[in-house]
Amino acid sequence: MPDLGPHAVFIWAAYAVTFIAVAGLVFFIVQDDRRQRQILADLERQGIRRRSAKSADKPSQAKPRARKLKP
Amino acid sequence: MWSLANPTRFLGIADHVIPWLAVLTFLLLGIGLCLSFFVAPPDYQQGETVKIMFVHVPAAWLAMFGYTLIALASIGSLIWRHPLADVAAKTAAPIGATFAFIALVTGSLWGKPMWGTYWVWDARLTSMLVLFLLYLGLIALWQSIEEPGRAGRAAAILAIVGFINVPIIKFSVDWWNTLHQPASIFRVGGPTIDPSLLTPLFVMAAGFTLLFALLHLIAMRAEILRRRVHALRQVHVERAAAA
Amino acid sequence: MKEAWALFRRDVVLAWREGGTIGTALGFYLVVVAITPLGLGPDLNLLSRIAPGVLWVALLLASLLSADRIFHNDYEDGALDVLVTGRLPLELVAALKSLAHWVTTGIPLALLAPLLGLLLNLPTDAFPLLVVAMLTGTPALSFVAAVGASLTLGLRRSGVLLALLVLPLYVPVLIFGVATVSAASVGPASPWPPFLILCALSLASLVLAPIAAAAALRTALR
Repeated sequence: MPDLGPHAVFIWAAYAVTFIAVAGLVFFIVQDDRRQRQILADLERQGIRRRSAKSADKPSQAKPRARKLKP
Repeated sequence: MWSLANPTRFLGIADHVIPWLAVLTFLLLGIGLCLSFFVAPPDYQQGETVKIMFVHVPAAWLAMFGYTLIALASIGSLIWRHPLADVAAKTAAPIGATFAFIALVTGSLWGKPMWGTYWVWDARLTSMLVLFLLYLGLIALWQSIEEPGRAGRAAAILAIVGFINVPIIKFSVDWWNTLHQPASIFRVGGPTIDPSLLTPLFVMAAGFTLLFALLHLIAMRAEILRRRVHALRQVHVERAAAA
Repeated sequence: MKEAWALFRRDVVLAWREGGTIGTALGFYLVVVAITPLGLGPDLNLLSRIAPGVLWVALLLASLLSADRIFHNDYEDGALDVLVTGRLPLELVAALKSLAHWVTTGIPLALLAPLLGLLLNLPTDAFPLLVVAMLTGTPALSFVAAVGASLTLGLRRSGVLLALLVLPLYVPVLIFGVATVSAASVGPASPWPPFLILCALSLASLVLAPIAAAAALRTALR
């Protein structure tokens, strides 16, 4: 580690605060993103989809028809 | 801009861009940190504490950049009704506020060895503090209004009002500062920045800017998905009630 | 024109009749200024130095206290919907209501200030300057407060949110208002530069704030 002089603790503190703040921000944003994708996937599993998703559906006789959204 | 107006299209592009952007961001930040700690020389006046500048100054720049972005997005939302504009404005606020916070704290930590106190009411830190308060106001307004349409429009108005005020506030704070400290040599960063310090500074600034863009894209994606979830649930409930 | 005057007069009369509103703002102003020395100590030298600042900060807070009534009462009883669809442009409505707020809150507070200046040992020859500066600055306070009031219309805890939104915007008025009053003792000898800037701030807010307030009213009522 380089010698940071007599005020090293302030330099470390500044970088630590920056790192913690950025890490916190990253964590919250990424976690929110993951959560929304999870919820959306859950809804799709339950058969609730968007209108534009129906073209991706494979027609299936055994499963109940997926509920489509009215425009 | 308008080619990205379709949320689905935006999501598709975002999904492609985000991984690459993430790699590039952390690469740049890594290089920047190495330059800061192992290459940059000590300042003749401030010694090694000048290294704090490499996080403080980019954070301050991004706080200001973030607010400008929000103001532009707000104009796009109110005047041109760009569909993703209020998503952009809403998601940029916490990111910008965090950078403002980092700028304030690192500025304070830089001040202690330089001027002996943790807080000094110099023009730049004071202006940054007011900017932070403007961010808090925006976030508070978004949180307080339940109906998202009204929230978006109200926040857009507030952002534009705040943006117009920022130069006025900056001017008044500068004026106030010279009033009370006529012989002001308290310039954070010294009178000039030595070129050998500029490279790490710019690399860190570039890295942080990419970080802002990265987090903003991820947050926008999350917000768009959140609105989809909300819409799906609403329609589902309505259909269930009608059936 | 007649409608404009009628609206303005109505707001002033209503605020006047409510009596408590103006009285409360004045009372709040008095209380804040009175407790400051209790917090800082009775050293008259110190107090006279900080008097302009304390008087202005307390003025800002007292202005904000009564700000949400600018639109709130009319929002509650539906009169605002009538005004929105009425013949007067909404920007003019907002401006008139802001003006009424200034007349019923800003002016009384500004006139009370010298009396409170006595409590803080403000030099008496600064009194005229104090009143003039405050009379010039309070329009900006009322007009910007109206923007905050329209943004937070009908929200819970709107009072605190209003303060959070509006106080940063008050910073320039505060800085130049205090500088005008304390010009003799601190800083440049002439109060004119900050005073003229204060005039400019008030004039600008007179024109621009109603635009923002009207836009915010439309979003709130949609």
